[in-house]
Amino acid sequence: MSRLAPPEVILTSRDDLIDVIAAQLQRGLRLALVAAHEDRRAGDDACFRVVHVLLGSAGERVEVVVEVPGTDAWLPTLAGVSFTAGRFEREMRDLYGIVPRDHPQPYRLVRHGHWPVSYHPMLAEADPHPDFGAAGGFPFAEVTGKGVYEIPVGPVHAGLIEPGHFRFSVVGETIVRMYQRLYFVHRGVEKLFEGRPVADGIALAERISGDTAVGHSLAYVMAVEDALAIAVPERDRLVRALLLECERLYNHINDLGAIVNDVGFGIVNQHAGRLRETLLRHNARLTGHRLLRGAIRIGGADLLAAPDLALIASVADQAAELVRISTDNPMVANRLNTTAILPQSHARQMGVLGYVARASGLGMDARAEHPFVDLGAGFRVVSRQDGDVRARFDVRAGEVDVSARLVADLAARIAALDPSAPVAVPFAQGAGLGVVEAWRGTLVHRVEVGADQVLTRVKVVDPSFSTWPALGIALADTIVPDFPLANKSFNMSYAGNDL
Amino acid sequence: MTIESLAVIVIHLALAVTLTPVLIGVMRTTRARLEGRVGGGVWQPWRDLRKLLSKQPTRAPGSTPVLTLAPILLMASSLMLCALIPLVSTVALPGVPGDLFVVVGVLLLGTVALALLGLESGTAFGGMGSSRHMVIAALVEPTVLLSIYALSVPAGTSALAAIVQARLADSASLLNPVSLLAIFALVVVVIAETGRLPVDNPSTHLELTMIHEAMILESGGRDLGWLELGSWLRLTALLGVVANLALPWGVGQDAAPLSLLVGVAAITVKLLVLGAALAAAEVFIAKLRLFRVPELLAGSFVMAFLSVSASYLVF
Repeated sequence: MSRLAPPEVILTSRDDLIDVIAAQLQRGLRLALVAAHEDRRAGDDACFRVVHVLLGSAGERVEVVVEVPGTDAWLPTLAGVSFTAGRFEREMRDLYGIVPRDHPQPYRLVRHGHWPVSYHPMLAEADPHPDFGAAGGFPFAEVTGKGVYEIPVGPVHAGLIEPGHFRFSVVGETIVRMYQRLYFVHRGVEKLFEGRPVADGIALAERISGDTAVGHSLAYVMAVEDALAIAVPERDRLVRALLLECERLYNHINDLGAIVNDVGFGIVNQHAGRLRETLLRHNARLTGHRLLRGAIRIGGADLLAAPDLALIASVADQAAELVRISTDNPMVANRLNTTAILPQSHARQMGVLGYVARASGLGMDARAEHPFVDLGAGFRVVSRQDGDVRARFDVRAGEVDVSARLVADLAARIAALDPSAPVAVPFAQGAGLGVVEAWRGTLVHRVEVGADQVLTRVKVVDPSFSTWPALGIALADTIVPDFPLANKSFNMSYAGNDL
Repeated sequence: MTIESLAVIVIHLALAVTLTPVLIGVMRTTRARLEGRVGGGVWQPWRDLRKLLSKQPTRAPGSTPVLTLAPILLMASSLMLCALIPLVSTVALPGVPGDLFVVVGVLLLGTVALALLGLESGTAFGGMGSSRHMVIAALVEPTVLLSIYALSVPAGTSALAAIVQARLADSASLLNPVSLLAIFALVVVVIAETGRLPVDNPSTHLELTMIHEAMILESGGRDLGWLELGSWLRLTALLGVVANLALPWGVGQDAAPLSLLVGVAAITVKLLVLGAALAAAEVFIAKLRLFRVPELLAGSFVMAFLSVSASYLVF
């Protein structure tokens, strides 16, 4: 309960990789993470080690490891057995230069147009400040036919949002195809982790995606604890669960208002903004930071003050009222219902996570599948079947309610326990995994710790990485003016996606 | 041309230009307060306008004179609209027909100027805004014509000033079904024509949902200032028509200073109250899905049509 199951490690070769992974997927496991590692042995050429992490809904954890010689860096593509794998492979090709052979979509993914040719920033000898040349072209699949026209949007948008380019092929007002080009915010986060002492990684993890400070820092420290075999006292685990729910609360309430604002119902957004601010100030009292930074440390977590349960309950009640006002308004309900449907079969195939998956009838939640603490009777997984904007709205509304109750339960349990002394970080080496249900969905970090408590590799997988491509599917046959609404109901992270 | 009718027109124009930013300010403030916000204040549109008009416009290389001409054309058509409509007094300029067909024609002139401006920028957004704008215009203009026409049947004239005069003389006709249906149809099309909720969201900056904002996206500085004022003036003119047709009391029937003064006060109060009511109603409604807007406008057309049919039965 308190820790992930130890991994079942399968060493395999390039020839058998597809069969091994396919067998694990057949068992019902999902590919959660693929991390490449550049291993250097004395006197030898560079050698890549690729770790595939598969997770199951009953807590199963399998690591499939394959070695790839540096001079002949290729892998058979897994895109035929898993859509997500195909995306991980494209990421790995751009960052490490390991070529997925026979990939059905051999286009760049992470690589920015300005990067020099065959520049792979994660390699040890890669120049951190290469000569950024002129941008190469980025061709889009052209939709042709009578009356088809293109609308390019972004990467700079009219609002204060992150950069992303969307290319719509439209007939009249109906979207025929939407192509998204993300990855304008590559900061080299994974590279920045390398060489840092484990304790210094927390501050970096908190800044991967500003709205998921707890999610990322928690997944990171849990991975480090898994690697170094650190046992975390129960009270600290309860505090972590509480912080996670606090983060979910303020983000979901903000989204509830923002979704409705996109149909012009501004009053709900104003009040959602007020509730969010109330929660942010409460966060500052809890941890000293409005975005809950600084509370989580390796081996524990601390609160500066006990949570104000009356405040949380009142915010949850008011949020429920806002939801009622929105969905009772026939004009708002008409805009949300049946807009941008993501069918369950597509959601499953694409490996969609979080509230998007739950709104399409996939009841996946790491809090149930890989729990690090028993959340008690107050916890339930909220899901809907319809997969439309309304379902994603309702899932968030349901989760606000569950989170508020969890905060109350957890606070009571925390108050009953005494804080324990901080755990000493042992000088050990190893690899570990952290799996957390952050507010956007299941977040996975895989950490390798070398000598002297120094990080040798951190691989971060934000749920946005798996969920982004599903937006294009949900948009099929949606009209252009409904795109902002559909996009807001997904609300994926750009920064968490592009590390 | 008499001095009196000239004075009335000058008063109409001066009133419209000074009152319009305040009207917009009152509408925004009403909405903000009802939503629990402080808002920018009643004078904010004035300040925005002053800022924009003192700025040099930035024009894209390769742009044609349409970019310069469209704001002028919109502004000219809006001012003409304000001059033709009996806002303060029904004293009309002799020789210039304040005919409803002329009014709708002038309105369309501004609509076309805006649509051309949207196309001029050559961006996908501008074209998208223009196409949506013209779809709505095509549905709105016939309804404006029909609904005012229904009111013109009992008056026996198509001149707006004369219709208002006739309604003022026979206040019992204000509440008959012909009048109510026509006024209701007119309110719906005024909302659509001026880009208010539920047809367009005047406060959105989401590129893909905009209609009006999409067309003026590439304009800046002085150009944008004139475009904003021109669009706002259309709102004043159309709300003024609705106000004076529905509640004609207070409109001056001669050019005597006292009746003009009463006329100015009456239309100011009517416009501000109507604007505030419109803004208050917007708080409770959301934007319609684009493909349902024609349903709404078709509904208002049917009402206008019924009103015309009824006007022949009644009179």
